[in-house]
Amino acid sequence: MAETELTGAEIVVRCLAAEGVEHVFGYPGGAVLNIYDEIYKQDKFEHILVRHEQAAVHAADAYSRSTGKVGVALVTSGPGATNAVTGIATAYMDSIPMVVITGQVPTAAIGMDAFQEVDTLGITRPCVKHNFLVKDVRDLTETIKKAFYIAATGRPGPVVVDIPKDVTQHSCPFHYPETISMRSYNPTSKGHGGQIKRAMQMLLEAKRPVIYTGGGVILGDADQQLIELARLLGYPVTSTLMGLGGYPSPDQLFLGMLGMHGTIEANMAMQHCDVLLAVGARFDDRVIGNPKHFAKEARRIIHIDVDPSSISKRVKVDVPIVGDVTKVLAEIVKLVHAAGHGPDQEALKAWWAQIELWRSQDCLNYDRNSSIIKPQFVVEKLYEVTQGDAFVTSDVGQHQMWAAQYYKFAKPRRWINSGGLGTMGFGLPAAMGVQMAHPGAMVACITGEGSIQMNIQELATCQQSKLPIKIILLNNGYLGMVRQWQEFFYEERYAESYVASLPDFAKLAEAYGHVGMRIDKPEDVEPALRKAFTEHKDELVFLNFLTDPRENVYPMIPAGKGLSEMILI
Amino acid sequence: MRHIISLLMENESGALSRVAGLFSARGYNIESLTVAPTEDASLSRMTIVTRGSEEVIEQITKQLNKLIDIVKVQDLSDGDHIERELMLVKVKASGEYREEMKRMADIFRGSIIDVSEKTYTIELTGAGSKLDAFLEALDSAAILETVRTGASGIGRGERILKI
Repeated sequence: MAETELTGAEIVVRCLAAEGVEHVFGYPGGAVLNIYDEIYKQDKFEHILVRHEQAAVHAADAYSRSTGKVGVALVTSGPGATNAVTGIATAYMDSIPMVVITGQVPTAAIGMDAFQEVDTLGITRPCVKHNFLVKDVRDLTETIKKAFYIAATGRPGPVVVDIPKDVTQHSCPFHYPETISMRSYNPTSKGHGGQIKRAMQMLLEAKRPVIYTGGGVILGDADQQLIELARLLGYPVTSTLMGLGGYPSPDQLFLGMLGMHGTIEANMAMQHCDVLLAVGARFDDRVIGNPKHFAKEARRIIHIDVDPSSISKRVKVDVPIVGDVTKVLAEIVKLVHAAGHGPDQEALKAWWAQIELWRSQDCLNYDRNSSIIKPQFVVEKLYEVTQGDAFVTSDVGQHQMWAAQYYKFAKPRRWINSGGLGTMGFGLPAAMGVQMAHPGAMVACITGEGSIQMNIQELATCQQSKLPIKIILLNNGYLGMVRQWQEFFYEERYAESYVASLPDFAKLAEAYGHVGMRIDKPEDVEPALRKAFTEHKDELVFLNFLTDPRENVYPMIPAGKGLSEMILI
Repeated sequence: MRHIISLLMENESGALSRVAGLFSARGYNIESLTVAPTEDASLSRMTIVTRGSEEVIEQITKQLNKLIDIVKVQDLSDGDHIERELMLVKVKASGEYREEMKRMADIFRGSIIDVSEKTYTIELTGAGSKLDAFLEALDSAAILETVRTGASGIGRGERILKI
């Protein structure tokens, strides 16, 4: 029997359906018209039309962050691809599994400086896990299969598949392979047994232990194993910005976020511990500050990570364990049970007493009776009103830190932000991706007046796709984090950090068909939030909170300083 | 410390630029880099000579292993190995140089592979240090042009890099 042949465009659509893709975020253009024509004819997945390619990629990225599935974005060649680059780099820095399909000019035109031609492979190479140019329609199916496989396995990351227009026109038989194997790519998943045993022994010998967790716990879905181990041992847990929600924030064992804007108890415990268990975290500059200062105190370090290159990169570790964090943590739990004895309770008690002393400084306290709206207050009220159950996306800057500090994430995949690249403009499109994945859920985008304007055009997408996102704008009239650094380190020379000529955000939201609110009194904060989440539950509400322009994020470790060199209020 | 790293990678367009891009993006230094297909047409073998502290070399090998197209990485400097590099040197061969250059090529076991009225082209193979020594030994005014391939390396004895 002669096999039926499919065109490249049909194959793309069939492959996405075979991968179980339900949502594709994209923007059409010349090079992808054939693919869009096939999307028009199918009903397996929904396409969400954005207003800028960067937003498509952020939305697909956040879709992935909030579900664990591979996010998919589709853009055209040339400017479509270059607009997508910021989104791709954002996902790459935070290890988010994503497949980005980019159109390309026809194969014969490649290298001819054709209309809307760029070297997408070359431009994206430094910010993808891998990328492919498909030159022959017969390679298309296997390439897409590989793209999904590479994106989702090992240390996840974005994969770009660049498809020339003629390849989408050509035909060949279609079979979607069940599995794929690559001789050059076999990520390790099971940790080394001997190393896991050493880790267990070291943990039980600890007098001043700390468990330090990162985004790897979220990406590896290791929250349950982490909770089990921490509670079994009774050890304090701290998390990076990316790991929040991996361990329930309201829990007594949790010390809060560590790092540049971490709590005193988290940073001091990290600096003074004798055994450190690092789980899916990478000791980056915003976390441990100056590695020389960090190394001043002697401690033994166990590091679990799926990516060997993350181990001993900035900090030398004693027990490296390469593997899937979930499996390794489960193994450690098993061994601790089998050991027949727990940790040194006396030492642990003394350590906790010290930690409680640090904690008693209440470093996240602020003026709750202020007559101007404090940004922290808005986040706290949001937490109360949503009962800690919302998905919260953020942009980048002060508001991001306040969101991380004051919204006590109790579950993984609820806190969606650009930690690595620090991409302003991420929050709103990210909220779109989250809301698409979780139609009934509360989704709040905590943002600043600087960041929101970097992708504000997406208010139109939200209208078209009926996404009832709640935009929590902490509007202080300044690029707040820039202003804070200028205040601290540039003798209050506020160069270009004051953003004059702000639009009337409430009216702007209304112009797009949404609900807009302006809140300038502390007593109106909670009622406004309640109204947004009840009366306007099914609508996008843009809440413009006019907040204290001089508020800073504390504590703060100045860049290049050590964990115990915090600036407090 | 100087390290010589061998790797096998998928013989696909773009694989070389992934390696080169990795080195430039992460600020690693490349002293030389050579690449060519192997007896298995689907694989290329690359030899990279680089310098760095132990930590940097460890990161380099880990980062190379992370590249999807790379099948195997071996730091040849970890054990016994042989290194060879090919150099072609065009020198002046007129007047007193004509005899002198012939003699120098013989001493270093090079061969003259092209002769003109005024020039010789000398082919020389060996470890990089031998090629350096040869250039040192020549009267610098006599050197018209040099081209070197960069080092290729292979493990000694049973030490084999293969998939």
